[in-house]
Amino acid sequence: MVTLLTERGERTVAEAQGEGDRLWLAASEMEAATGWEVQPEGLCHGAACVPWPAGREAELVRDGRVEVGAFWRHLGKPVAHSAAGDVWVLGEGAAERAEALRSLQAPDFNLPDPSGTMHSLSELRGKKVLLVSWASW
Amino acid sequence: MWQALYEELRDQNFTVVAVAMDSRPADPLPWIEAARPTYLTLIDRDHRLADLYNMVNVPEAVWIDEDGRIVRPPEPAGSYEGFRRMNRQTKEMPEEAVRLTAQAKATYVAAIRDWVRNGPRSEHALDARRAFAHVKAPDDDAARAHVAFRLGQYLIRAGRSDEGRRWLAEASRLHPESWCIWRQQAGVNEAGLASLPEFWERVDALGDKRYYPAIDMHGMP
Repeated sequence: MVTLLTERGERTVAEAQGEGDRLWLAASEMEAATGWEVQPEGLCHGAACVPWPAGREAELVRDGRVEVGAFWRHLGKPVAHSAAGDVWVLGEGAAERAEALRSLQAPDFNLPDPSGTMHSLSELRGKKVLLVSWASW
Repeated sequence: MWQALYEELRDQNFTVVAVAMDSRPADPLPWIEAARPTYLTLIDRDHRLADLYNMVNVPEAVWIDEDGRIVRPPEPAGSYEGFRRMNRQTKEMPEEAVRLTAQAKATYVAAIRDWVRNGPRSEHALDARRAFAHVKAPDDDAARAHVAFRLGQYLIRAGRSDEGRRWLAEASRLHPESWCIWRQQAGVNEAGLASLPEFWERVDALGDKRYYPAIDMHGMP
């Protein structure tokens, strides 16, 4: 069993296999966790497709499963996993973060208030917002 | 700190969202109970905000207009680093440092009022070209640091503290300019603040560099 932490949140996958820096996931699980789906031409996220790297298709996709670690590194996005291979973080790359900020559309998020109720920034559309960070430390 | 301003301006289509970047959700609660804010306060245990907005310290703020567009990218929220001139034995601040700290805050709050009143006509609401130029983009190591930080936080919550702490240290190594990451993983004193000797050593190592980067706003020290 592997826990995946992605932009979409946390997801536990029973049928996953972590071996060192490799993580084999069913294509359907990969799509549910990350939004990337297997297509004949490669992996696609919405309209954007990334072709299989030349000559490496067999390393990355086999029997309906995808080796997500290598694919994520191929995309140039950061990945980290626990020593036991049971917890994987698939993060967003610096280029995508920079592009989002430079679009000047405020990146949305979903976080709990102290009582546990979730709120997103986009709920406040229509108001001017001072978004400010703080911490107890 | 934002309650009075929020109360003053809330009827003018303005609101405040304060996000506490605290890995232990119980830590910010005493502060929230004491301040009793009526604006939205959120708890961000994985420092999601720092990842999305490339924030490296607290408090930093972003001004967002009615259409969800950034009109001032992340910058220190009127903070001035007067504390660096504090006498560390007596905790006294030189008069000049107190004055400049107050000036920075007053200038920043006045600028928010001006923005709320005048919208895009305010000199402090940056047009798209200037706002774009003010965006500080993260580099690859910062992106890797946020992944390491998230993994560390997850492992610590799962009771795997040793491995989790190693990931937090790795995050700080990858992204040394982040005070958020460093202070979150550093030890805290009896007051719950990460102001141990290691903190002051790190501040002193900045030399002429600023702890709170300069705010590009007329009248700021």
